[in-house]
Amino acid sequence: MKKTYKIEVDCAVCAGKVQDAMSKVEGVNSVTVNFMTQKMIIDIDDEKFDEVLKKAIKAAKRVESDFEVYF
Amino acid sequence: MSKKLKKRLIRIIITASLYLPILIADKIINLSTVIPNTDLGWLLPLSIYVVIYLIIAYDILIKAGKNIIRGQVFDENFLMIVATFGAFVIMEFPEAVAVMLFYQVGEFFQDLAVGKSRQSIAELMDIRPDFANLIHENGEIEVTDPELVEVGQIIRVEPGEKIPLDGTIIRGSTSIDARALTGESLPVDVVEGSDVISGTINLSSSIDIEVKKAYQDSAVNKILELVENSTNVKSKQENFITKFAKWYTPIVVISAVLLILIGSLVTKDWMNWVSRGLNFLVVSCPCAIVISVPLSFFTSIGKAAKIGILIKGSMYLENFNRAKTFVFDKTGTLTKGNFAVSEVIPKYRREEILKYAAICEGQSNHPIAMSIKKEADYVANSDVILTNIPGEGVAAKDGKKVILCGNAKLLSRYGVKFEETNKVGTCVYVAINSEYLGVIIIKDEVKEEAYDAINYLSKEGIKTIMLSGDNEEVAKDVADKLKLSEYHASLLPQDKVLKLDEILSSKKENELVVYVGDGINDAPVLARSDIGVSMGGVGSDAAIEASDIVLINDNLNSLLLTKKIAKKTITIVYENIIFAIGVKVAILILSIFGLAPIWLAIFGDVGVALLCVFNAMRSGKIK
Repeated sequence: MKKTYKIEVDCAVCAGKVQDAMSKVEGVNSVTVNFMTQKMIIDIDDEKFDEVLKKAIKAAKRVESDFEVYF
Repeated sequence: MSKKLKKRLIRIIITASLYLPILIADKIINLSTVIPNTDLGWLLPLSIYVVIYLIIAYDILIKAGKNIIRGQVFDENFLMIVATFGAFVIMEFPEAVAVMLFYQVGEFFQDLAVGKSRQSIAELMDIRPDFANLIHENGEIEVTDPELVEVGQIIRVEPGEKIPLDGTIIRGSTSIDARALTGESLPVDVVEGSDVISGTINLSSSIDIEVKKAYQDSAVNKILELVENSTNVKSKQENFITKFAKWYTPIVVISAVLLILIGSLVTKDWMNWVSRGLNFLVVSCPCAIVISVPLSFFTSIGKAAKIGILIKGSMYLENFNRAKTFVFDKTGTLTKGNFAVSEVIPKYRREEILKYAAICEGQSNHPIAMSIKKEADYVANSDVILTNIPGEGVAAKDGKKVILCGNAKLLSRYGVKFEETNKVGTCVYVAINSEYLGVIIIKDEVKEEAYDAINYLSKEGIKTIMLSGDNEEVAKDVADKLKLSEYHASLLPQDKVLKLDEILSSKKENELVVYVGDGINDAPVLARSDIGVSMGGVGSDAAIEASDIVLINDNLNSLLLTKKIAKKTITIVYENIIFAIGVKVAILILSIFGLAPIWLAIFGDVGVALLCVFNAMRSGKIK
């Protein structure tokens, strides 16, 4: 399932780093972190969506502590 | 300005107002000599500068600390800290503070610029309708979320309100402002039975609309989705800078370390080499291009959307600029798709001929009849007796006059002597009382702006090809008029796909082909071309889905504007890439030889980034 979230990411390089880190998390089929629109589109299989999303955000925060996702 | 930005600005101002007087004082009386008779006089200026440094750098220190724990060595915050610490170590205190101060100034302006750009997109998002007045079957009106309204339900839109959903007017007439969608500033008049699209504004009076599409499928939602997702399809340049950024920083940092180590070992003058190496660290951030390139595309796509040009991604903007072959559909794209009188022969009897023809066509709604009536601007008496001769034309009896109006067959049948014309188009012959008057030539009109558009493209060295379902003569006529490079006539819809395949396979590998159509019957062709452009296609889902660029209005000027926007954007992107890399490399080389003071390196970092950001903001601005 693809979901779009409003996010906060401070710079273009950071957005790239965050996207890289999240896409390496197992279970994330695809992820786009858009610095310009401050939005993230993430595709994770339905049954483990919440669990994988949590992991992905954790991975993102590891590379960029200012990264925020708004639910 | 956001809170975050305001806070940063205040810090910058405080730091600058402390820093400047101290710097001046330091230059005049040299603060390290204030305390007499000691070797530790430098501790005074150091402590003053460190205090100022902490005011401006504390957040970066924290961030860098966090990142270094996580092993992010090439983090820009960390590198700035190393560079400034290094400056402190080699006794360049004011420089250390300056690097940080200017770095913050640079960040501030970057955020400001991006915020501004984002805001202009947010203004566009203003077309999102907030509510719908749903009319229940019992006549009650409920204010609800447009997403909850179902197809077939009736909604009321009061003057001044946004039309929330696509549908057909079933009561009332009004005028509509579609500027937010099409960039067209003239209001459009609509009546009962007219289709209206969501995102437009009802100007004058209350109307009831039968909803034809659910919110997810509505024009406004499609447009919003398209624009919001557009920056996700990256251009070649954006991919390049992502790669560049990955390598640039590590390479510069490692070079800096090597430079300091080797230089110090060879000459033993380590202070000098540390200072050279620090320059490397200061310019090690590729921020200038990393931010300015996507910003250019984003700004352009946003500004284009505001004037009714929807571009599905940076990549398409770039490819559109690169394409050297434009293939056009004829009817509805190059021509208006409606018929109009192009010529009346002989010219001196023009008004007479048109008047009689209008009398004959008085009751017909056929496009040809309509075009004659429009041109003649004459309303016939109702006591004319009209006789329709199928496939040939009309005979009218107006008092004693018998008027004939139709094709050659009709006149021959009535024994009128005349010569057939060899003009291209639909010919309507007119005769009165068996005497031949003249002929009206009717054609699908070429759009007025098509001449300029094709002319511009040709000047850019672009090959223009027209595909048409019409016969050879009509197609040739349009092609000649517009001076197209090529045309192909008598094509059935499936032939168009074959023809486009032919064009696609005959091109060189790197060449790109643009197809421009009205999106009604040409979804397959739109999808097959490298860049599909559909015109006037807000209503058509297939067109929006299949094309890469959607022009909301069907004016070819939009195509021209798209071309200009694309060209300017790509120029700016390259300017920025070349300028930023050029300046940084130049500073790196000068630094190796010790010819670049740290101030120059600061310019190479912050100055270049700012110039690039300001340059990027010019994108999409077309006079």
